[in-house]
Amino acid sequence: MKRLFQTIIPVLYIVFLLVPIYWLVNMSFKTNTEITTGLSLWPREPTLRNYTVIFTDSSWYSGYINSIIYVVLNTVISVAAALPAAYAFSRYRFFGDKHLFFWLLTNRMAPAAVFALPFFQLYSAFGLFDTHIAVALAHCLFNVPLAVWILEGFMSGVPREIDETAYVDGHSFPSFFVRIFMPLIASGIGVAAFFCFMFSWVEVLIARTLTATDAKPIVAIMTRTQSASGMDWGVLAAAGVLTLIPGAIVIWFVRNYIAKGFALGRV
Amino acid sequence: MARIDLANVRHAYGRNPQADSDYALRHVNQAFENGGAYALLGPSGCGKTSVLNIISGLVQPSQGRVRFDGEDVTDLSTEKRNIAQVFQFPVIYDSMTVRENLAFPLRNRGVKRAEANRRVDEVLEMIGLKSRADRKARGLTADDKQKISLGRGLVRSDVNAILFDEPLTVIDPQMKWELRAQLKELHRRFGYTMIYVTHDQTEALTFADSVVVMYEGQIVQVGSPEDLFERPSHTFVGHFIGSPGMNVIPTTLDGAHVRVGEYVAPLPGLPRLRGEPKLEIGVRPEYVRMGAEGIPVQITQVEDLGRIRIVRAVAEGHVIAAVLREGDEIPADPHITIDPKGLNLYADSWRVDFSGDRK
Amino acid sequence: MKPVNQKAWFLVLPVLLLVAISAVIPLMTVVNYSVQDTFGNNQFFWAGTSWYEKVLHSERFWNALLRDLMFSAIILAIEIPLGVIVALAMPRKGWGVAVCLVLMALPLLIPWNVVGTIWQVFSREDIGLLGGALKGMGVDYNAVQDPVDAWVTLIVMDVWHWTSLVTLLAYAGLVSIPDAYYQAARIDGASGWSVFRFIQLPKMARVLTIAVLLRFMDSFMIFAEPFVVTGGGPGNTTTFMSIDLENLRASNELGQGAAMSLIYFLIILLFSWIFYAVMTREDAPRPDKAPDKTGGAP
Repeated sequence: MKRLFQTIIPVLYIVFLLVPIYWLVNMSFKTNTEITTGLSLWPREPTLRNYTVIFTDSSWYSGYINSIIYVVLNTVISVAAALPAAYAFSRYRFFGDKHLFFWLLTNRMAPAAVFALPFFQLYSAFGLFDTHIAVALAHCLFNVPLAVWILEGFMSGVPREIDETAYVDGHSFPSFFVRIFMPLIASGIGVAAFFCFMFSWVEVLIARTLTATDAKPIVAIMTRTQSASGMDWGVLAAAGVLTLIPGAIVIWFVRNYIAKGFALGRV
Repeated sequence: MARIDLANVRHAYGRNPQADSDYALRHVNQAFENGGAYALLGPSGCGKTSVLNIISGLVQPSQGRVRFDGEDVTDLSTEKRNIAQVFQFPVIYDSMTVRENLAFPLRNRGVKRAEANRRVDEVLEMIGLKSRADRKARGLTADDKQKISLGRGLVRSDVNAILFDEPLTVIDPQMKWELRAQLKELHRRFGYTMIYVTHDQTEALTFADSVVVMYEGQIVQVGSPEDLFERPSHTFVGHFIGSPGMNVIPTTLDGAHVRVGEYVAPLPGLPRLRGEPKLEIGVRPEYVRMGAEGIPVQITQVEDLGRIRIVRAVAEGHVIAAVLREGDEIPADPHITIDPKGLNLYADSWRVDFSGDRK
Repeated sequence: MKPVNQKAWFLVLPVLLLVAISAVIPLMTVVNYSVQDTFGNNQFFWAGTSWYEKVLHSERFWNALLRDLMFSAIILAIEIPLGVIVALAMPRKGWGVAVCLVLMALPLLIPWNVVGTIWQVFSREDIGLLGGALKGMGVDYNAVQDPVDAWVTLIVMDVWHWTSLVTLLAYAGLVSIPDAYYQAARIDGASGWSVFRFIQLPKMARVLTIAVLLRFMDSFMIFAEPFVVTGGGPGNTTTFMSIDLENLRASNELGQGAAMSLIYFLIILLFSWIFYAVMTREDAPRPDKAPDKTGGAP
């Protein structure tokens, strides 16, 4: 009975998740005529044309490159900035720490729609409009608090005696932090990086507002195609399939960290 | 309370065990007498926790039977076996108070409220947590949490045995003494059958009346602390117990004498051996005497521990430790001899028994 | 107890600067807009609280707020239990773990507007599998014209999209529970339900708090998906506040948009604070952190 429950539920759930994705993959190998003229469970005339369009048209594939650049930038900045802050929250009490923590979290709550226009003005004023770094920095708004949150949980699980021993052994703070502490919370860094990558990769509104041509992300390019006359469903589906790949690679790398488990400290 | 028998128990965690080395427990036959205080002692990975989990039913042995008072319980669930077990890390139910934690096993077994309250009050008294009974258990210190784990076992009036799996690992050194004393006291007053797993010889020797030493999935010796010290039945026991451990030196047999280089020492009798085993003598450092005669040695190190000195020396290419009492001199040209009282003969690592057959 | 150390501020400084630039300056801009009016040409004049009054007096705003709340409530009521159930049923070791984790994470990794597009097509009865299958079964389904169908589509879509976030967090919380807890529960004779109620749930409480907060914030701010799938229709039945906000922005109604943004922000803040306070209530008196360490995995 229990065995049955443990097999059926994940299988049913995964099937539920995969059916729409299957439909997307299915569509990506169809011609537009086939897509719009009826239902077919698999492509009658399989075609690679949709993918060819994306890989040969620089306005398409540059979108992927732009997205990957700012997402990676954002992940690196978010985790790098969050590491020392999370350490401070997990190890010390200081003036205003609790309020600061909640304030950080409130930034995740700000609807992107609220900030879209001010962001545009802010980054234009600094001459950063339509650059990768602008999107990367803007996404820090919601990713940095999340990274601090996750890392703080992992760090609280490391006994403080380890820090003290390292200082006694003559390590300076940076040397201790990089050589001893960071390897201990490697899973936490992996998990935080995954969440930063994910939220930055899928965000649409801010990325679209802050870019025009040079740093235009794939999510924005897809919107454009959508509104163009005569919807190119096939290319859209192929582009959608391709947006899955970078994230799938990242989760493949962090799967063991998640499988190892974490309970997280402060909420 | 019950007498516990393990009969021909073997256990492998992997599937399709072939060689002996695939078994975490190779072959275990052991009786735990009703009301006894036992320690299972051995290095990590020797199978002592497996033995414990087989007794409590958390693990089903691959082969063999488990009996409580002669009744076969091998196929019974943990719950039905009525065992209490305390783990290495304190297990408490975070969301409950101390009192609710203690009442939990009773509630699960449908004990009436009034009876449960009475039992819980008794146990609170026994483990000394009465004043903190209504506090959330999560805020307590590690040793208090461990007491709650123990208390959840004690609260059932009819437990067959209380099992401990290295329960003092996370306890501060000072509290260790206190908790261990309380355990002994509980054993003395209520006569529970207790089995205590540890890798710390001091803990084992001070807690138990009878110590079961395990090594590579088998029981190598069962005996009183004195037996283990004076007559280790396996060279491993000699190494593992005592500090420094027993000296083990290859030897040859010469009738009822053993020979190490030029040195000859008498045995209590003529050993009966089968085949041509590897022969060694085992001597505790306490029985190595230093003087002007015997085996010549080069001293490599002297540790002064105040009342005794530990001398390490090389004799015939073997490192030997000797314990020198206060007033013993180290001669200029040091030699060692062996006190015949402390001489044990080992054939293929097992002690040769002169009173009967080889074990 | 953690030592007091004011120098820790230096460690927090990078985060502070990063978030402050991204948060405080735009927020001030928004506040600034919300109290001004303009006739174009970059000429602004003081408008006081008139924008706020306009927003708060608009029935459209209250309806959108109600819809947002209802949507978030339904989403949480489905996704949290479902995510926990799936996490409980997931394998703990072997090849199944990696397969489950990777496949379950897939919907999370799809850009939000693509999610909308997938479901827009997927639910169309002429060319979509879901719509087609429902039609084949004789169900009268049309997400574009029927409000109930539109809502069901949005909810199923969100469950599809986001339940895995809850699952991943709950699973991570579950596998961090040391084996000894389950063994002790067996010895104490606990039933399956007791194990869940007294071991698994308390140990998952923290990750679940995070899951609830994240899902609340994001579902309350839901924008891209309904914008693509239903465009706020039929009628205004799926017009959430974020969609209204986008419409205001598109028609350059800066003042009203800013006022509405701020009200919106404050509402999320209020609800998140309530969640945060309620769910961390048990932790409130923390005598010391030291004993907690020993409860962790060896």
